[in-house]
Parts: sequence; structure tokens; C-alpha cells
Amino acid sequence: MNLFVALIAGTLFGFGLAFSGMTDPANVIGFLNLGGQWNPSLAFVMLGGLAVTIPAFQLLIPKMEKPLQAKIFAEPNKVTIDLKLVLGACLFGIGWGLSGLCPGPVIAGIAYLDWDLILFATVMLLGMYSGTWLARFLPVSD
Amino acid sequence: MLVNGRVAGVSGLLYRSFSDPRRHYWALLFLAGLCLGTGIHLWLSGQPAPKFDQPLSTLLPAAFLVGVGTRIGNGCTSGHGICGIGRLSQRSIVATGLFVGTAIVTVFVRSGFGGL
Repeated sequence: MNLFVALIAGTLFGFGLAFSGMTDPANVIGFLNLGGQWNPSLAFVMLGGLAVTIPAFQLLIPKMEKPLQAKIFAEPNKVTIDLKLVLGACLFGIGWGLSGLCPGPVIAGIAYLDWDLILFATVMLLGMYSGTWLARFLPVSD
Repeated sequence: MLVNGRVAGVSGLLYRSFSDPRRHYWALLFLAGLCLGTGIHLWLSGQPAPKFDQPLSTLLPAAFLVGVGTRIGNGCTSGHGICGIGRLSQRSIVATGLFVGTAIVTVFVRSGFGGL
């Protein structure tokens, strides 16, 4: 059942990304290009997402003792702002700005069977493993 | 989240489903769904697939940075941007501000020097 829900959630997400044009890096770079012809579509998609998650996470979840199909809510840390977070977010931002691609649309876009994108996904995964390794050398503040 | 009690961040799911697939079938299925959903859209809409026409000399370093950055910073657009801000997490709000900011600066610098 959990697995089925994960598949459905992923499918909706993938359809939504493609439907809203977010799998096209031109739209993403258009949004980031404040100095040129600005394309606001990403802002609407993001605000649309938040219009669901903010009320759902703030109003619904506190009233639930546990999720419908699992024992606990697995919630990540909310407050620690450390070098890792800042450095990671900045590196990611540069990569995102260069390519117009972030992990969601990359995985979704594998459906387009474009070799450049599949190569991108492979190198991104390589980057993730390198990142895990690098993160061991960064100070942790807990 | 409501049903399975988990936060859906694509970068984290991707990493986990590769590094420890047995414990994360659900993550793998979510990613398969992501691809399936986009495939369904491609099929139903009849629109051509988007073009990924940047040179590999840009694309591949960018891919590496996205990978490293999302791992060190613990999240990407869906994890920090949508789910994290949805949970009103200070970490995620800071992270999202930073990656959107650096991405805007990156595009600005490139359009200034490279002519986008």
C-alpha cells in the first residue's frame, strides 16, 4: 500500500512538472534570468506547491498522531544552519543556474530518452556520492 | 507525508534508492512514478519533448555541482523549496533563498558574458 501511494505521488508529481513546463530547462533559466525576459512560470508552480504543503503540514499534520499508513512522521532537522547547508545550497544554485536542471525534472525527464539528460543524471549521481564523501570533512554543528 | 509520513525530496530519494535500495523501494517507486508521469504527459499532450541543447561542457560540470550541492546541503528544490518551506523549516528557507539567489547570479553572469 505504501509503495502504491509512493508510485502514485511520483506519477502526479512527474505529470505536474511536465504539464507546467518545469521539465524544460528554458523555462527555469527564464525564471532565473531577472535581467532579461523574465518568465515567471516557476514562481507560480512553486507557490502552487506551497499553497498545498503549508496548510497541509501546518494544519493537518499536527492533528494526526501518526500517518495514515506508517508508524511515525520522519521529520528532518529544521533549525541548524551550518557551513554544510550554506555551501551545499550555493553549489547546487550554481549548477542549477548553469543548466536549468534540478534533480526532480532530471529524473522525470528521463522519460524523454534524451542522451544528454541521461548523462546529466549519471554525473549528478556521481556528484551525490562525492558530496557524501566531502561532507565528512565539513564541521557538523549539532 | 500525510499517508507515508515521509518528506519527498527528489535528491534525497535518488541517493537513498541507489545507495540502499532494499530499504527504499518506496523511493525507487516514487522516482519511477516521476518518470512515468512525465511520460504520460508527453504521450497525452502530443507536445514535443523539451530540448536539452546546452553543450556538454556546461551540462556536465553543472550536473556534478547539483549532485554535490544537494548532498552537502541536504536537499534540492522539492525537498527544501516545497516540503521544507511547507514545514516552515528555517534551514530550508535559508537554503532555498541561497540556491535561488546563487542561481540568479549565475544566470546573470552568464548572460552578461555569454549572451543568453
